[in-house]
Amino acid sequence: MNRMTARKMSLDACHVCDLVMEGGSSGGGCLRCGSRLHRRKPDSISRAWALLIAAVIFYLPANLYPIMTVISFGKGEPDTIISGVGHLFDAGQWPIAALVFFASVLAPVLKITILAFLLASVQFKWSWRPKERTVIFRITEIFGRWSMIDIFMISILIALVKLDAVATVEAGPGATAFAAVVILTMFSAMCFDPRLIWDNAEIE
Amino acid sequence: MSIKSSLIVCHECDLVHRIRALKRGETAKCARCGATLFQEKRNSLDKVLTLSITGLILFALANGFQFMSFELEGRSQVNTLISGTFEFWRSGYWELAVLVFLVSILFPLANLCLMLYVHLPIKFGRRPWKLRLAFRLLVALKPWAMMEVYMLGVLVAIVKLSDLAAIAPGVSLYAFVCLILIMTLANAALDTRLIWRGPGLREGS
Repeated sequence: MNRMTARKMSLDACHVCDLVMEGGSSGGGCLRCGSRLHRRKPDSISRAWALLIAAVIFYLPANLYPIMTVISFGKGEPDTIISGVGHLFDAGQWPIAALVFFASVLAPVLKITILAFLLASVQFKWSWRPKERTVIFRITEIFGRWSMIDIFMISILIALVKLDAVATVEAGPGATAFAAVVILTMFSAMCFDPRLIWDNAEIE
Repeated sequence: MSIKSSLIVCHECDLVHRIRALKRGETAKCARCGATLFQEKRNSLDKVLTLSITGLILFALANGFQFMSFELEGRSQVNTLISGTFEFWRSGYWELAVLVFLVSILFPLANLCLMLYVHLPIKFGRRPWKLRLAFRLLVALKPWAMMEVYMLGVLVAIVKLSDLAAIAPGVSLYAFVCLILIMTLANAALDTRLIWRGPGLREGS
């Protein structure tokens, strides 16, 4: 088969069950699983941008506010995301510190930057290296969820460490904002349609 | 016939491919962008059934016992898998309570139940009731079940506490680790094409 896209052949492919059918034969729903069909995700670029911008806005409180406070023998010590990683480095826990640094600091920044780059590339109809851009998107979609590590860590600490004045851990408002960043970037990546990358590459 | 059952379209670049039979363990990849189109999986039905039943038993164990215990200055505290949710709720962080409950408990449970629900009737040659809905739910919830990420959260929490106090893992923690393994295997064994190929299943029915 020569390089033909489903759109050029006016075929509809179901996103959920992979069935391929002739365009217009289904009345908008997949003939097999009933999912809504669309050749390209609706309003992909504007939806993905909106969610990404919302994530960027939440990124500030997520890093400025404490994500949790450790109260030990009556003294409280608020931790932000960065200072939490710092404590792990100070304690000499290098592998875990590196893991948390990647998941909580590097991954969200990378994901936001990459999504912004891909969205811009599609919006301005660049035809540059479509395959590499698709691969970058694929990887970005996979690692985003690992940023939730800190949220789960807090959920364990607050339930386990509650010995009043001796030792208590409390959640902080930064945690909510950070969770919002992770969820919003996940939704943004889901709205992004990598086929738009190829649509522009084909114009040449 | 408006259905093109011999074709498959790449999700990522829209290229149309003709479906060819694969050998065991082979993966069909898009000729243009390299995305996975489909894989040949043997005994998918039996594997998914076995693993999802095992998973449900482990799920009960993981939620029914204590997860970890923490001891400091002669006082101790235990937690369970769900107590983080309660603690978030109690301290006013209801958004985080809902989020943690969904991604670490409800969605993994739904994933196991839906796999069993879809595959068990097919094993006995019947079409599951509301198959379309169940299948769509199964696919939609998949990225939101985050047990393996939770496990790393557990690891970080243990490391953070290790120089402060004595921590001991509970029965739940061991069950939880096994559950992650089982769920990974179950999802890897899942062959979505098999579901629609089952007996008595016609497109559009």
